[in-house]
Amino acid sequence: MEIVTVSGIINETNNIKTIKFKWAARPEPGQFVMVWIPEVDEVPMSLSYSGAEGGITVQDVGEATWALHGLKPGDKIGITGPLGNGFRLKGKEILAIGGGSGTAALALAVERAIAGGCNVRCALGARTSDELLFRKRFTDLGADMFIATDDGSDGHRGFVTQLAEKMLAMKNKKKPDLIIACGPEPMLKAIAEIAKNAGIECQCSLERYMKCGIGLCGSCQCGRYTVCGDGPVFTGEQLLGIDDFGKWKRDASGRKTGLS
Amino acid sequence: MADLRTRVAGLEMENPTMLASGILGQTGEMLLRIIKEGGAGAVVTKSIGLGPREGHGSPCLVELENGILNAMGLPNPGIEEFGDEMRIALSGGAPVVGSIFADSAENFALLAGKMERLGANALELNLSCPHADRFGLDVGSDPDKVADIVRSVKSTAKIPVFAKLSPMVPDIAGIAMAAEDAGCDAIVAVNTLRAMKIEVKVGKPVLRNRVGGLSGPAIKPVGVRAVFEIAGRCKIPVIGVGGISTGEDALEYMMAGAAAVQIGSGVRYRGTDAFAKVCGEMSNFMDANGYSKLSDVIGLARRV
Repeated sequence: MEIVTVSGIINETNNIKTIKFKWAARPEPGQFVMVWIPEVDEVPMSLSYSGAEGGITVQDVGEATWALHGLKPGDKIGITGPLGNGFRLKGKEILAIGGGSGTAALALAVERAIAGGCNVRCALGARTSDELLFRKRFTDLGADMFIATDDGSDGHRGFVTQLAEKMLAMKNKKKPDLIIACGPEPMLKAIAEIAKNAGIECQCSLERYMKCGIGLCGSCQCGRYTVCGDGPVFTGEQLLGIDDFGKWKRDASGRKTGLS
Repeated sequence: MADLRTRVAGLEMENPTMLASGILGQTGEMLLRIIKEGGAGAVVTKSIGLGPREGHGSPCLVELENGILNAMGLPNPGIEEFGDEMRIALSGGAPVVGSIFADSAENFALLAGKMERLGANALELNLSCPHADRFGLDVGSDPDKVADIVRSVKSTAKIPVFAKLSPMVPDIAGIAMAAEDAGCDAIVAVNTLRAMKIEVKVGKPVLRNRVGGLSGPAIKPVGVRAVFEIAGRCKIPVIGVGGISTGEDALEYMMAGAAAVQIGSGVRYRGTDAFAKVCGEMSNFMDANGYSKLSDVIGLARRV
């Protein structure tokens, strides 16, 4: 664990903030860190920024994320990582599909792919237009942007998965060499199935209840895998081979519960 | 090729490496992977209790220079929800040892019966977790309590019973003898050592539970000493655990008197196939040094 100093806070949407900290590690796109807030909690977070400063992008959903939202420049937090695997970028045409705050896990991959000369199309989904994450960032990078909102306040009205199907059906666009995705598990399941049917390789970053972060405790086991030790990025083929995928998650005790 | 097959308290194993309790043993599919792809001769489940338990808050694990400090706090789904996992793990063809924890001899016996009915090939009694109030070491540091628990479990269990002991007692061999006299079939030594990490840059303990159990290379000499002492005073087999991640580590424990070994933190250093790697290294070492079977090395350092 490395103790780092919070260097800046960015309000990304009304309930999503980015916390930046002085940290010189060079993560692979899609890797995560365990973030320790002394005396409060430790949570796994995908890295959304790297370089002279590292960054994580957090939606306010619970005790630890609330504490992360309360951080101020100068505060000290503990960072363990980078941990897990990352996206294995390949090909020239990449389709990145992000649901809600899951888009954070795609950010470094989108950056890396565009810097490497790939054509990147991004499909972003959120409940409403105000909650779309990294729309400007990805537009500025030069990605071709497509939007879906549940309430129809911008772009396609409905799920980003429906939008992705429409995009794959566009005759004037090249077939992607790779689909990368992060978001709620039912969304990932739909994306993995869409990719399989279209014969396109798909890599998804999976989120599960996690404790140790290094593949030992087994809290984040999903079928034969641990998300922290074998993931968090899995191929669609791996995910569709897991009985629990898209159906069950495990709570802190290891009991199966429905995906909420 | 040296012959690594072994038999411990009636359990036939293809090799002497076992997955230690608390590591990865939450789903049947992972236990199966550890057997089929990881190369383990047997696996021990996470410690299972009567009801579901969430364990301690995070951070519950931190890596240190020479080991790993954890305070998981015995998270488990409870015995009633563990049947599916056992059924899947048992399809691997290697022994599956059910680890159980409870706060009384009566509840240990109740759990033992339930775990046996789920098909476990042996029981491992967690008498040594150093960071869960009322459980583990709280019951395992008193030889009379240990004897009571073992006697109570043995009065109902038809499968072999192992007692997993803590090194944090003045006389671990004395506790092991109390377990043996009560009918225990094997001793597992050692569990983690109670320890703490303070992050000086923020002036706070890292673990949410403040104290946890230390495992990994730092505790290997403690484990080897404990096994050596127990093997000198007990007739029942000893299973060595604590800081094993190479074939030489495993052989060191076996030369101290261990009939088999368990690997936990070693999975962090060597991967989920640590078992196959350790066995390969044991075999190479034995071939190079003229040992053809495990009985050539077990207790070697004890011989006069």
